[in-house]
Amino acid sequence: MGVGGFFTSKLDEAIGWARKYSIFQYPFVTACCGMEYMATACSHYDIDRFGAGLPRFSPRQADVLFVVGTISQKMAPVLKRIYDQMTEPKWVVAFGVCTCTGGFYDNYATVMGIDTIIPVDVYIPGCPPRPESVIDGLMKLQDKITAQVQRY
Amino acid sequence: MPILDELRRRFGDAIVETDDHRADLTAIVARDALLDVLAHCKDDSALAFDVLMDLTAVDYQKFPGREDGPRFEVVYHLYSIARNHRLRLKVRVDEDDARVPSASALWPIANWLEREVWDMFGVRFEGHPDLRRLLLYEEFVGHPLRKDYPITRRQPLIGPAT
Repeated sequence: MGVGGFFTSKLDEAIGWARKYSIFQYPFVTACCGMEYMATACSHYDIDRFGAGLPRFSPRQADVLFVVGTISQKMAPVLKRIYDQMTEPKWVVAFGVCTCTGGFYDNYATVMGIDTIIPVDVYIPGCPPRPESVIDGLMKLQDKITAQVQRY
Repeated sequence: MPILDELRRRFGDAIVETDDHRADLTAIVARDALLDVLAHCKDDSALAFDVLMDLTAVDYQKFPGREDGPRFEVVYHLYSIARNHRLRLKVRVDEDDARVPSASALWPIANWLEREVWDMFGVRFEGHPDLRRLLLYEEFVGHPLRKDYPITRRQPLIGPAT
């Protein structure tokens, strides 16, 4: 690693630092976990501290896809399309056990975890997860964003 | 009860069985006479069943005591706003011959209810204007509320919506 490597790794750090505090999330809310997402997103827990205070309700303006709630087989192509519409760089957070594994649903209608459709960066288990665990997941996502190596 | 007596008197053998459980009336109707019975229930001024409250089906496969009988029962719940009385009609169909005449010409709501029964149980409704799946999607294989549908069966994921 020469001088160039030093500069690119420092640049990575700077970009990662900037990105981790500008998380524009797209909340893909389909079920009861949405209430817990709203509780987290409101002023009481103040996720603006982590730069995630502004949800964007268009996937084209969002960096992080929050999949909040059960995904049915019928909803799966919609979720895939939303994911495809997001621009790079993008991350996905599976919010609640239904999105992580299918949860207690074991039936003909439910997708057994959204990682069968799209790649997932952070899993937040819970039924629904408490705001504290959501914030924990958000901070893990921030660590992941910081550590990401860029390709130039 | 007068309603069941009236139906038995008018339709004879087509009324296979009747039950009056604390004024909760049920009549089991032969399939060939079903449309006539339904139309009579709707149009007769003494019965005046103007609302089809529900139309569903029951799968009696492996049901204790009914292993040999017809597998499905299609159930009609009728209610009369004018007379304030109710009636339950049932029609039994076999698995190999799961067909029932459509009631969608009598009550428009039967259109969607019959589509749901087709979706979940695979009972066909003859004369239905548009018998497609209602809740599930076209690529779905099988009918999930049948008792022999495996609870752990996974359907293939369907592609992005176009």
